[in-house]
Amino acid sequence: MYEKPRILPFGDKGIVVEFGNEITVECNEKVVNLYRILKKESRQGIISMIPTYRSLLVKYNPLQISYNELIKYVSEKMDKEVEIKEEFKPQVYEIPVVYGGEFGPDLEFVAKHNNLSIEEVIAIHSAPLYRIYMVGFTMGFAYLGGMSEKIATPRLETPRTEIKAGSVGIAGNQTGIYPLSSPGGWRIIGKTPVRLYDQEREKPILFEAGNYIKFIPVSEEEYYKIEKEIQEGKYQLRIYEYLNHNLSG
Amino acid sequence: MECFKVLEPGLFTTIQDLGRFGYESQGVPTSGAMDEFAFRIANRLLENEENDACLEITLVGPTLEALTDTFVAVTGAEMQPMVNGIPRPMWSSFPVRKGDILSFSPIKSGLRSYLAVKGGFKGDYVMGSVSTYTRGKLGGIKGRRLEKGDILEKNPSPQVLLQTRKVREEYIPSYSSEEEVRVILGPQDDYFEEETIKVFLSSSYVISKDSDRMGYRLEGPFLKAKERYDIISDGLLPGAVQVPANGQPIVILKDAQTTGGYTKIATVISPDLSKIAQLKPGDRIRFRVITLEEAHRALEEIEKLIEKIKTSAKEIKYFTVRVDEETFDVSVEPF
Repeated sequence: MYEKPRILPFGDKGIVVEFGNEITVECNEKVVNLYRILKKESRQGIISMIPTYRSLLVKYNPLQISYNELIKYVSEKMDKEVEIKEEFKPQVYEIPVVYGGEFGPDLEFVAKHNNLSIEEVIAIHSAPLYRIYMVGFTMGFAYLGGMSEKIATPRLETPRTEIKAGSVGIAGNQTGIYPLSSPGGWRIIGKTPVRLYDQEREKPILFEAGNYIKFIPVSEEEYYKIEKEIQEGKYQLRIYEYLNHNLSG
Repeated sequence: MECFKVLEPGLFTTIQDLGRFGYESQGVPTSGAMDEFAFRIANRLLENEENDACLEITLVGPTLEALTDTFVAVTGAEMQPMVNGIPRPMWSSFPVRKGDILSFSPIKSGLRSYLAVKGGFKGDYVMGSVSTYTRGKLGGIKGRRLEKGDILEKNPSPQVLLQTRKVREEYIPSYSSEEEVRVILGPQDDYFEEETIKVFLSSSYVISKDSDRMGYRLEGPFLKAKERYDIISDGLLPGAVQVPANGQPIVILKDAQTTGGYTKIATVISPDLSKIAQLKPGDRIRFRVITLEEAHRALEEIEKLIEKIKTSAKEIKYFTVRVDEETFDVSVEPF
């Protein structure tokens, strides 16, 4: 992490507040804290923000807030982060996943590649609380940290032309969930019935930077039961407060 | 309120407003009109709200049948609108009556036109905007481009007698096949030697065929990074000029992903994105560096210009005259 964050202009309507040049929880927490403080205050002139691994992009309207005013304002808020931090308790989303079979065609490959049994891969993949470092790329893709190296697997040599929304995959030492059906080269090990993106929902996109995901292995029967409940609008996602001692993996 | 039936959809016609803001933190691109200048003038000509949705028309215009009496305005790329085959001027507002056929001539210059309707087009309102984002299948009409047979709706508007107007000639932008756009260096200009930045600023880049609302890929002199082209993925905004390892810049535009991991050598200032929106594959682009202060003055100037265009627009009147069974369409404008 930098001793003092760098603030860089990004075009005529953006600034980037960079806290470091690393992927660490410590650095990402700085980003998420500043994001939450600014979001809560929603000062006029700030249009929107994008929190990422190690920086916060702030889009502003220079006709409403000048560059210098913005820098001054953001710098002040950075100094205050510690006091306000307590207000923002991160949350854990429990994501039910059916592993293997037609839902996870590459599970066997991942197991073989790492000299593990299928059961071991499932146990290792579903053990940690994965931190959502950032949400981006497109439509709610969560960049997760914390996957065990024991199940790291290279991407497919030839990407599939369609991977279904909800598919859970591994690419190198990363894991993630496809929010929309799209082409892709990740090794697919399972699938969740939970809709990461649902425009009918009050909160169309589930994930937010700074929160955590816990994968819960479920059977096929449970998968279909949950899917039906979701269709009927009866499903309640389990969300609870993140406590540090929950951290594993 | 139903306003048009789509007889022919055109090449890529979508409903757009000024964009979807506040969800970029969750990976939702802003989308919105590619040429905000032309978009805003179209709405001004009709005394619409600033953010009322228009049709963004790309390269080939649609054919529409009016389902109600209303007013429309067309701005942007030069593709002359016609009502029942009779030409209407670009950069002007004019009436259409129920049953009229609105069509467009083949494009002469530019790439994207805007059709505004009195009251604004309706579309799927998702996350604060009706802008169509086709890759995410959201906004507009079921998140897609127009299709034959679609019925377009508009917001109700007070049926006041609207003065139809035309933008004065001197304010109408002319679109060429080579544009110079202004940039502010960075955020990652320090990944490049000064020499490389000079190459970037003194070359003309060709827009490749892999160019769309997400971004324009450019072809031209190789831009060599000092050490690396990759950074830890961070936030993107329209105008960012990314340089991946092939040394060929990519200008990020309205439908682009919200985060990316390539260095950004410079960023095009927002008013000049309107110029880029009118360039086609094969056209050329040059970059000129300016300071942040200059960029902010340019923004103020655009606001003044738009106000001036609106207040100086000439009134233009349309009459239908019948002489011996024959109908003549007459327009009258002051010198």
